[in-house]
Amino acid sequence: MTSTITPPTEAASPTPSGSAKRDRARTEPRTPLTTRQRLSRWDVRYSPYLYIAPFFVLFGLVGLFPLGYTFVVSLNDWNLLTGPGEWIGLQNFTDELTDPLFWNSLFNTFSIFLLSAVPQLIAAIVIAAVLDQNIRAKTFWRLSVILPYVVTPVAVALIFSNVFGEKYGLINNLLTTIGADPVMWKTETLPSHIAIATMVNWRWTGYNALILLAAMQAVPKDIHEAAAIDGAGAVRRFFSVTIPSIKPTIVFVVITATIGGLQIFTEPKLFNATSSIPGGPQRQYQTTVLYLWDLAFNRQDFGKASAVAWILFLIIVAIGLVNFWLSRRIAGAEAKSAKRRTRRRLDAHAATRAGASLAAVPGAGGVTGAMVAEPTLDDDSLEEPSREDRA
Amino acid sequence: MTATKAVVTSGATGGRGRGRDLAPSRHDAPRRRALGIERRPGWLTYTLLGVFFVAGAYPLYWSFIIGSSDKSALTSTWPPLLPGGQFWTNVGEVLDTVPFWLALGNSIIVASVITLSVVSFSTLAGYAFAKLRFRGREGLMVFVIATLAVPTQLGIIPLFMLMKQFGWTGTLGAVIVPTLVTAFGVFFMRQYLVDVIPDELIEAARVDGASMISTFWHVGVPAARPAMAILGLFTFMTAWTDYLWPLLVVPQNPTLQVALSQLQSARYVDYSVVLAGAVLATLPLLILFIIAGKQLISGIMAGAVKG
Repeated sequence: MTSTITPPTEAASPTPSGSAKRDRARTEPRTPLTTRQRLSRWDVRYSPYLYIAPFFVLFGLVGLFPLGYTFVVSLNDWNLLTGPGEWIGLQNFTDELTDPLFWNSLFNTFSIFLLSAVPQLIAAIVIAAVLDQNIRAKTFWRLSVILPYVVTPVAVALIFSNVFGEKYGLINNLLTTIGADPVMWKTETLPSHIAIATMVNWRWTGYNALILLAAMQAVPKDIHEAAAIDGAGAVRRFFSVTIPSIKPTIVFVVITATIGGLQIFTEPKLFNATSSIPGGPQRQYQTTVLYLWDLAFNRQDFGKASAVAWILFLIIVAIGLVNFWLSRRIAGAEAKSAKRRTRRRLDAHAATRAGASLAAVPGAGGVTGAMVAEPTLDDDSLEEPSREDRA
Repeated sequence: MTATKAVVTSGATGGRGRGRDLAPSRHDAPRRRALGIERRPGWLTYTLLGVFFVAGAYPLYWSFIIGSSDKSALTSTWPPLLPGGQFWTNVGEVLDTVPFWLALGNSIIVASVITLSVVSFSTLAGYAFAKLRFRGREGLMVFVIATLAVPTQLGIIPLFMLMKQFGWTGTLGAVIVPTLVTAFGVFFMRQYLVDVIPDELIEAARVDGASMISTFWHVGVPAARPAMAILGLFTFMTAWTDYLWPLLVVPQNPTLQVALSQLQSARYVDYSVVLAGAVLATLPLLILFIIAGKQLISGIMAGAVKG
């Protein structure tokens, strides 16, 4: 960031410093800058704003303005057909916060979210750990893991609402074949939540596994090596080296899953086509966005629906802030431990040089030399050679 | 221009650093194998991988089986293992029930326009934030980052009222306009470009008399191309899979997802037809997956979609 283009404020000042400019100033005392030069100056000064303007204008118009205006709508008794009614202050908010249907939707949302986030995260970590090995046909296995990601949520919902069909669904067919009772996936609350969470998990687990895999591969191999030399087995290394190293990525995955999970719509909307109420006949799996939809476009109460949108918005923002705070704390701790790690590794290098630890690696006499000479792959190793020279 | 090219290629490989396999050098391998780190994994690993593969692929395969059979396949106690011969019959029924080709065309138009717009505006703004100096740059960038987590989907009520007011409901414009730009795109391009273009290159172009826009075009865009491809891929997929908003504004002039969901809303649901439709609608992305699967992987591993 040291030498980006600077608007030429010096050239614009009445006493230019460069000698060439002074010459020009002498020959053309009245017009220090030609039209061409002036154009170029404007070009440098105003172009950046021109480049960012489309984003800010459009984002303001279609992103932020509607969100803000939602709040205005929420303060009114506003019907879809008759338009704005009278100003009723926070009435819509208090109505919704005392409405059991709203709390029901919030409960369903969080229940489905927990049923998807927790198993999904564990499965994604396991898949990533399996993929992180020195396997054959890497690309093939990675592709196979994200195959569900290319199936759109609507198609996923159609497929799984059939898999979880109560009468002839794949799972209930299998259950009856082995002599078990069929499960009422679309009637009972918990089974319906499990079914919807399964749709989310099926589509997103592999995707998150690849994000975690990227983080795992960024863990320097020599930390694993050091741990192995100290006698840590694969399992111990996984819990003591891999998991702590990818913690920021885990937080990131959890938070993005939260923001997405709290806005879940497509899967519960299409889970049961025969229900006239979106989210099940008894609203067993009506999520908050679905409730919002029902309120706005079926019951045509824009005011209340807007209040629900704002409450959900505040919940998501609160979770975003927790994310910010949490990841900063983790980043701080990471920086500290990275510094410690570097120091420890420097000590190890010094020891290797002295030949003291040659015996620690069986039959690796020739290789240890290569390890010292070779630059390691992580970031903080960049500083190491210079420090080593000093030492 | 040779200098530019060199930078671009180095950017293409270096920029994806996080997604790249950290290939161990030849010297490391034997020692690491001795420690049990780089060992070729055993059958347990491949069994697990096989299980993941089946879990991912089976629901799709099963949909194809049901979608290619008549209704009796659903009621059989053991799920059939082989597809039937009814696929094209069922597809014919899909085409009779919903305007499939119209919906496909609509989805292609919507996703393409959105992708073009998001990628162009994001590259332009990301370049300015990464490489140009202007008053308010830091503050505006903080604003972009802060809006990354804002769920703009929650603004649908006023957006819907606006679209009605303008008489846009039922037109593709109503689907396209709300997603013409994303904060994520700007953030992503800025993060990529800040490391990839050396400031000296921009200065050199300026010294040679290039205007700002031609510097952007001849230095910025070539360097940004790999990131533009990744952003484009994911923007296209997001636009293609969107359901809530199109369902609201264009139920009669549907996108593919809306049309697909309408297969199920008939009073009598014939699942072999529904699943034939689901398979049919998955084909475009499946083809994309086969062509660009590797880019998809590296994109996800670079944190492309979620930051």
